[in-house]
Amino acid sequence: MKRIYMDHAATTSTDVEVVEAMKPYFTQKYGNPNSIHSFGQEAREAVEEAREKIARLIGANPSEIVFTAGGTEADNYAIKGIAWANQKKGNHIITSQIEHHAVLHSCQFLEKHGFKVTYLKVDKYGLIDPEDVKKAITGQTILVTIMHANNEIGTIEPIKEIGKIVKEAGIYFHTDSVQTTGHIPIEVNDLGVDMLSISGHKLYGPKGVGALYLRKGTKIVNLIDGGAQEKNRRAGTENVTGMVGLGKAVELAEKRLAGGEVDKVVKLRDKLITGIMDQIENVRLNGHSTRRLPGNANICFEFIEGESMLLNLDMKGVAASSGSACTSGSLEPSHVLLAIGLPPEIAHGSLRLTLGKDNTEEDIDYVLDILPKIIEKLRALSPFTGSWDGLKKNSVEEK
Amino acid sequence: MSIYSEKVMEHFQNPRNVGEIKDADGIGEVGNPICGDIMKIYIKVKDDKIVDCKFKTFGCGAAIATSSMVTEMVKGKNIDEALKISNKAVAEALGGLPAIKMHCSNLAADGLSKAIEDYKQKIKIKK
Repeated sequence: MKRIYMDHAATTSTDVEVVEAMKPYFTQKYGNPNSIHSFGQEAREAVEEAREKIARLIGANPSEIVFTAGGTEADNYAIKGIAWANQKKGNHIITSQIEHHAVLHSCQFLEKHGFKVTYLKVDKYGLIDPEDVKKAITGQTILVTIMHANNEIGTIEPIKEIGKIVKEAGIYFHTDSVQTTGHIPIEVNDLGVDMLSISGHKLYGPKGVGALYLRKGTKIVNLIDGGAQEKNRRAGTENVTGMVGLGKAVELAEKRLAGGEVDKVVKLRDKLITGIMDQIENVRLNGHSTRRLPGNANICFEFIEGESMLLNLDMKGVAASSGSACTSGSLEPSHVLLAIGLPPEIAHGSLRLTLGKDNTEEDIDYVLDILPKIIEKLRALSPFTGSWDGLKKNSVEEK
Repeated sequence: MSIYSEKVMEHFQNPRNVGEIKDADGIGEVGNPICGDIMKIYIKVKDDKIVDCKFKTFGCGAAIATSSMVTEMVKGKNIDEALKISNKAVAEALGGLPAIKMHCSNLAADGLSKAIEDYKQKIKIKK
């Protein structure tokens, strides 16, 4: 059976060219970049070249790029690092309700250590109102952290507008750019951010490597202590193969962006969304119709549950994801879907299809062919047909 | 590769006894929309014996498979035997469930018990 991957927001394949670029650094150029000898120096050169590529993609200076073990570490570093370093200035952080758990849990950790956190609400599209950021700023605020685009519903936040407000207030601004770097054009000065998190495996690079853009002069403390690597900012012998891979992935992403990749993916995404909405009743698109990630389609199908959809799609070779409790690994549906105002029973019926560079028109046609049948089959099993009548009366009292 | 056993997937793909019983003698509903599992079990009782059992379920693979399995297990059993079927027994009959599913989605036997309670209530009212 042909397998179709539509879960690119979870992870992407490592590009063959990336793997090829990494290979020599396992077995031939395996030196420690901190060593004086030629083995070390060829590794050092490769690491710095990768750093330059990342800096170029986002309009930064290479010295402002700190490699990390991924997007999660970059988020932890930015948030905890700023908090600890600036606690004499204040103890207040502003974020949103729809952030990735790497951000939310870092903020919750800080709350346990005396910091105060404002979790901004979003509208029904998942958009943050820059005015809300302005209103939330107090004399104690030291950091604003708002994601560039949401990983579940794909909404692209008004980072530039927020950036202006935050800059005026003289506060640090961090954005989690894990879903956007390499997928849409990014320029750190244009966005007005002081920190920006990047993950390798979301842009056809390897897993286990990422980076934090750290604007020159930012007052931050380290997360990982132990050595002088990364200019004393992140200890531990460099993940040279990972860094080289990330550098190559970024280089390829830059080429794709210049070559019209965004338009191609947007076209496929819109065909997928329109095709589903036209064919199936009682569905709703989550997120914004235009301010959304090129590859993201997130749709709720009423009266059925997400995991059953995923299992059925998987049996037909299609890999997708959902914000249902079963797939979130908790007992509640996705915090993002609840934050945009969906009742839990509808949030459970969400399906996220995230397209990538290798998806084709045929892939879309295939999904549009099999999905209506799957939805019909599951709806035939559901006690709710065409309405949620009887839901509250019989069910809510249970627990 | 699947997170579920073959038996679970088999019941999930080909669920038994799906539907409603129009003149059911008892109806039981369990679950809630927060967890995302709602099961409705219908029974038909004759001479203290469960002669028919059907279900409708909103939920994940485990919720659907356990609903299907309980309807198979209960048919032909008398009321007292049926009440002895536990959620654990249903999961075991399916070759086990992932640990996280044992609490949230393994409610089919509870649904059956509720349907039997409902039946008993109705009998009382009639008498």
